Amino acid sequence: MAEIVLDKVTKRYPDGALAVSDVDITIGDGEFIILVGPSGCGKSTTLNMIAGLEDITEGELRIDGKRVNERAPKDRDIAMVFQSYALYPHMSVRENMAFPLRLAHVDNATVTKKVEEAARILDLTQHLDRKPGNLSGGQRQRVAMGRAIVRSPKAFLMDEPLSNLDAKLRVQMRTSVAKLQRRLGTTTVYVTHDQTEAMTLGDRVVVMRGGLVQQVGSPQALYEQPTNLFVAGFIGSPSMNFLPATLADGQLQTPLGPVPLSDRIRRLVEAANAPSEVIVGLRPEHFEDAALLDEGERGRGGRFTATVDVLESMGSDKYAYFTVEGETATSAELDELAAESGSTEMTDDGSQIVTRLSAASGAREGAELEVWFDEDKLLLFDPSDGRNLTYAG
Amino acid sequence: MAVIGATASSGAKTRWALIDIVVVIYALVPVLWIVSLSFKTKETLTDGNFIPRSWTLQNYRDIFNTSEFLRALLNSIGIALIATVIAVVLGTMAAYAIARLDFPGKQLLVGASLLIAMFPQVSLVTPLFEMERTLGLFDTWPGLILPYITFALPLAIYTLSAFFREIPWELEKAAKMDGATPAQAFRRVIAPLAAPGVFTTAILVFIFCWNDFLFAISLTSTTSSRTVPAALSFFTGSSQFEDPTGTISAAAVVITIPIILFVLFFQRRIVAGLTSGAVKG
Amino acid sequence: MSQTAERTADTPVSPPAKKAVSEGKKAERKLGLWLCAPAALVMIAVTGYPIIYSIWLSLQRYDLRFPDQQKFVGLENYVTVLSNSYWWTAFGVTAMITVISVAIELVLGMGLALVMHRTLVMRGLVRTVALIPYGIVTVVAAFSWRYAWTQDTGYLAQLFAPDSALLTQRVPALAIIILAEVWKTVPFMALLLMAGLALVPDDLLKAASMDGASAWQRFTKVMVPVMKPAILVALLFRTLDAFRIFDNIFVLTSGAQETGSVSMQTYNNLIKGLNLGIGSTMSVLIFIAVAVIAFIFIKVFGTSAPGSDDGRKR
Ligand SMILES: Nc1ncnc2c1ncn2[C@@H]1O[C@H](COP(=O)(O)OP(=O)(O)OP(=O)(O)O)[C@@H](O)[C@H]1O
Ligand SMILES: [Mg+2]
Repeated sequence: MAEIVLDKVTKRYPDGALAVSDVDITIGDGEFIILVGPSGCGKSTTLNMIAGLEDITEGELRIDGKRVNERAPKDRDIAMVFQSYALYPHMSVRENMAFPLRLAHVDNATVTKKVEEAARILDLTQHLDRKPGNLSGGQRQRVAMGRAIVRSPKAFLMDEPLSNLDAKLRVQMRTSVAKLQRRLGTTTVYVTHDQTEAMTLGDRVVVMRGGLVQQVGSPQALYEQPTNLFVAGFIGSPSMNFLPATLADGQLQTPLGPVPLSDRIRRLVEAANAPSEVIVGLRPEHFEDAALLDEGERGRGGRFTATVDVLESMGSDKYAYFTVEGETATSAELDELAAESGSTEMTDDGSQIVTRLSAASGAREGAELEVWFDEDKLLLFDPSDGRNLTYAG
Repeated sequence: MAVIGATASSGAKTRWALIDIVVVIYALVPVLWIVSLSFKTKETLTDGNFIPRSWTLQNYRDIFNTSEFLRALLNSIGIALIATVIAVVLGTMAAYAIARLDFPGKQLLVGASLLIAMFPQVSLVTPLFEMERTLGLFDTWPGLILPYITFALPLAIYTLSAFFREIPWELEKAAKMDGATPAQAFRRVIAPLAAPGVFTTAILVFIFCWNDFLFAISLTSTTSSRTVPAALSFFTGSSQFEDPTGTISAAAVVITIPIILFVLFFQRRIVAGLTSGAVKG
Repeated sequence: MSQTAERTADTPVSPPAKKAVSEGKKAERKLGLWLCAPAALVMIAVTGYPIIYSIWLSLQRYDLRFPDQQKFVGLENYVTVLSNSYWWTAFGVTAMITVISVAIELVLGMGLALVMHRTLVMRGLVRTVALIPYGIVTVVAAFSWRYAWTQDTGYLAQLFAPDSALLTQRVPALAIIILAEVWKTVPFMALLLMAGLALVPDDLLKAASMDGASAWQRFTKVMVPVMKPAILVALLFRTLDAFRIFDNIFVLTSGAQETGSVSMQTYNNLIKGLNLGIGSTMSVLIFIAVAVIAFIFIKVFGTSAPGSDDGRKR
């Protein structure tokens, strides 16, 4: 168990690609930390630098206060689980799991004991003498986990360990990974680009983009207080709605109509020295069918009327999709997010809004609906650099 | 070929068994014929019977009593083994580089070795004859080993780089994370995975060298480096007037034995090795 | 290219990193070159240089029996060879053997490939046995065929032509040469084709039969098109290989009765005639012929040359 500190760590690949730059993260002892971000943002590179599989170009990596930049992977006492599992095809499951112990010259009795214990925890006992090639995806994944846990390393590094599993198995394994980590209490760095894994597994989440850390914080903090447009759009599913707006005299002109700013937001915006052109962000759950609210509640928010394009009933709630006429919000971050999610819904005649309504809502596809939204929950962003103008810190 | 998905009926099985027997006969009859000849006595040698009427080991005794054959056998084994080892070592280095590293001239090397694989060997006979005479390599082991290495290299490079591309190199990283030094990672993880490919290549290269005839008769002039295939064509029997058929057959059988052993024990590997390069193409 | 631009752009910012950049890449290149160098050197020394040397020799009058008369004669040797009827006979024989034997091999090889790929029984045995002709020493096989067709001695001679010496007649001798060549190389052809067969997805064949294709239609409309690259590779390899036929002819007929190939001619010129000038001329001509064949194959059939790996196809 260990504390891992990345101190201004930078990685430049031999071909000149700057994969990670100036990353500062302190990972506490026993903490479960998640690295998320779009493909190519440098997650694996960061993990490989902690592992010692890639050299650190600049900066310092400390484990338990000691600089380990120059140490070989084998001297760092860290275990890693790979996306492809990287099981040795010529060794049985037992030999695979015993391999790290054998390399450490652990005596036979201990090896047998530890391997069998790990196999029991991971429910692999009956497969110990099979070859990895004959196992199912989930079983292989567990063998990879087993190989990591047998030698009780200081830390676990996992690079998208569940991404090769099908959806159902992934949910199952997610829970067992979480349980295992809690039980062992080992510091864990976990790379994923799965939203749900990021939000549910970790104590803290690190959002990366283009080699830079965007924000580090608890899942809740990232969700409620994203530092910028990128984090706001990346975290949350369905993702936040963005609309262009103009800010004048404490009033916000939005495609949904004029919105007065609450005192709390006005203060933050003034402190942030906001430009007049801004982007408004609203999460789907901050909308509601106006017909379901009483007068008092209605008064505390804005309202607009629009035609429901598509209605998806999830049982517990309903997702209603609207098209809002007028300009669409534009910024580099939003373009990148759209590219990442592969969305091609960039309509010419307005922006699409996703709202989450109570199951009781009487919304119907093709019919008009009056929708209410919570004015105090809205976030404002600067289109030029993406910073959150309503960030309370 | 009308077997799609369906479980095999016994009729289909019988049909396949018949077809298989045809294949087996096709492949074995010429081999059995030479074996049969090698066991025939002098008197029955020319009776044209497929199965000997009377059996003898005399032909084998004869060839193992002549220094000519023993010397040729020694040459064949020595030259083929040395050429195989060198070609596989050089081929492994080059194939590793081709499969794993990025460097200028890689495509050129791949293209050049492809050219050599298709090269008309006879085109080299005249210039090599002259060059080797000048360099004193004519009629020596190195004089044959060198061309063998050259023509075996493309084969080795192709087969090995196809094998190397299949190795999951990420395992090297995994081994390092499991506490292995680079040497341990190579010895305990990569080498066991690469070994079958190297071994298969060695068999293919050995068969190639063992088989050569053109260089063997063009670049040798005495028994000092003549290999068995070349020596066979100079065999005259123990005395000048004797028909050499029996002794030639016996010698032919002897040099066929290693091939049969390879094929019997390593059939899967040879097939995999021969087809790996082709599939990539 | 972007590397140089970048270097000038931010050299002052982080010079040490820049240095590492070029060095990491350089180290990989260097290692790659070093690893390939020995193989490349051997191949150049034993093929590249001799081929150039043989072009030079082909422009000389150079007979080892009269070494003093060596002199530069320009294209005279080429005129001699190309106006010689023996050369053209040998060329015709070689071309004929190549075309006929490769055609037969393609058909039989495809059949054998299907058998090895699809047989329900004894698959291992069939594959093992089929490898024997591939592995056996050509000279050994050639002797087997020779004795089989030798009058009195041979079982085949007794069976088919007890009263005549077939190997001493031109047409039957050529047929036997082709037989020996075909027997030996069908398995290799079949293995290459089998590799192609393995690439035909079973689902595709199932789909085709659902669409109402008969077995023959599945073969011609589905398998053959999918296997086309493998077929071309096999044809190219075998054509070039057949063109250099030597061992079989040497043992079966020694080139008598005008059954000699161009390789035989070259060998005879060198060893019997010791005429290096003429021998080299023939070497160069054969080289050119092979290059032309390869060129036609690649031009006609496109880029599906073997070994052109991912990088090269782009
Ligand atoms: N060996 C390498 N040489 C050069 N550049 C590399 C190398 N490995 C990664 N990169 C580059 O570094 C950047 C970060 O890559 P990295 O593998 O860390 O991304 P990632 O966040 O793990 O992405 P993914 O989610 O797709 O796995 C990418 O732009 C990539 O192209
Ligand atoms: Mg990655």
